[in-house]
Amino acid sequence: MDLFLGLVTGILFGFFLQKGEVLRFEKQVGFMLLKDMTIIKFMLTAVLVGMVGIYALNGFGVISLSIKSANVGALIIGGLLFGIGWAIAGFCPGTSVGALAEGRIHVIWAIAGMVVGAAIFAEAYPLLQRTVLTWGAYGKVTLPQVLGISPWLVIVVFIIVGLSAFRIFEKKGL
Amino acid sequence: MNISIFAARWNPYVAGALTGILAILSVAVTTLVIDKSMYLGASTTFVRAAGYVEQVVIPANVETNEYLKKNRPRVDWQMMVVIGIFVGALISARLGRSAKLETVPPIWKERFGTSATLRGVGAFIGGMILMFGARLADGCPSGHGLSGNMQLAVSGLLALVFFMVGGIITAHLLYKK
Repeated sequence: MDLFLGLVTGILFGFFLQKGEVLRFEKQVGFMLLKDMTIIKFMLTAVLVGMVGIYALNGFGVISLSIKSANVGALIIGGLLFGIGWAIAGFCPGTSVGALAEGRIHVIWAIAGMVVGAAIFAEAYPLLQRTVLTWGAYGKVTLPQVLGISPWLVIVVFIIVGLSAFRIFEKKGL
Repeated sequence: MNISIFAARWNPYVAGALTGILAILSVAVTTLVIDKSMYLGASTTFVRAAGYVEQVVIPANVETNEYLKKNRPRVDWQMMVVIGIFVGALISARLGRSAKLETVPPIWKERFGTSATLRGVGAFIGGMILMFGARLADGCPSGHGLSGNMQLAVSGLLALVFFMVGGIITAHLLYKK
C-alpha cells in the first residue's frame, strides 16, 4: 500500500513540476543567475501552503512531524557542495528524473553522476560520521522551538516575507 | 488562469500551491493508511540505487558498508515517488506538448559551446558533487527545501540557504561572462 501511495504522490508531484516548468536547466540556472525566479515562486508557494496545513494537522494531532537533525557543520558544507554541483549540473535529484521525461536527455549524465556521488558518500560516511557530522549537532529542532515562540507566529512571518518577495519578483519581471 | 491539463505551462504559483496541498494530503493519507507520516524527498533513493548497482559490481560492499546497510537497496515509498515524478512529468509533457529533445541547454551552449560530450561530463561531475553534498546535508531541495521548511525545521532553512549560496556563487563564476 505504501508503494502505491508513493507512486500516486510522485505522479502528481511530477505533473505539477512539469507544468510549472521547474524541471528545466534554464529555469534552475536562471534562478542561480538571479534572472528568473520561476523555481523560487514554485517552491516558496508550496512551502507557504504546506506549512499552514502541516501545522494545522499537527495541532489537531492527526500527523506527526519528521524533523531532520540540525547538524550545522554538515548542513553548511553539504549545502555549499550541493549548490556547487547543482550549478554545474543544472538539475537537482527530484527534478532530474522529471527532466528526463520531458526530453532533456543530457540529464542522464547528471543522474549517473548522482548515483556515483551517493556511492562515494557511502564510502566516506564512517569518516564523516566521526568528524563533520559532529560539528554543531543541535538535534531535531524547529524554528519555533529555538525561538521559543508559537509556530503560527513563525508562519505569519514566513508568509509576509514570501508575499513581499513575490511582489518584488512580479514588479521586476523576474 | 489556465490550468487545463493540456496547457503547455501553468503559472508557477498555481503549480507550487497545488504541490503544497499535495504534500499536506500525502502526509495525512500516509499517516491514516500506513500509520507513518511520509514527507516528500528524493535523494535517499539515489543511495538505494547506488546499492543496487553495487550488488552487481561489488556485492560484498553492500553487506559491509555502514551507510548502504542503513539505506538498503530496496523499493520503498520514496523510490516510488521518484519513479512517479518521471511518469507524471511524462504525462504532463505529452498532454501539454511541451517535451523537447535537448542535448545541450542554451545557457551552457553560450558559455561552453555545442559539444554534447562536454555537457555530459559537466552534468556527471555536477551530479556527483551535488549528491555528495545532499547526503552530507541529509537532504535535497525536496527533503529539506520543501518538506523541512514546511515543518519549520532549522535544518531545512539552513540547508536551503546554503544550497542557494553555493549555487548562486558557482553559477555566476561559471556562466557569467
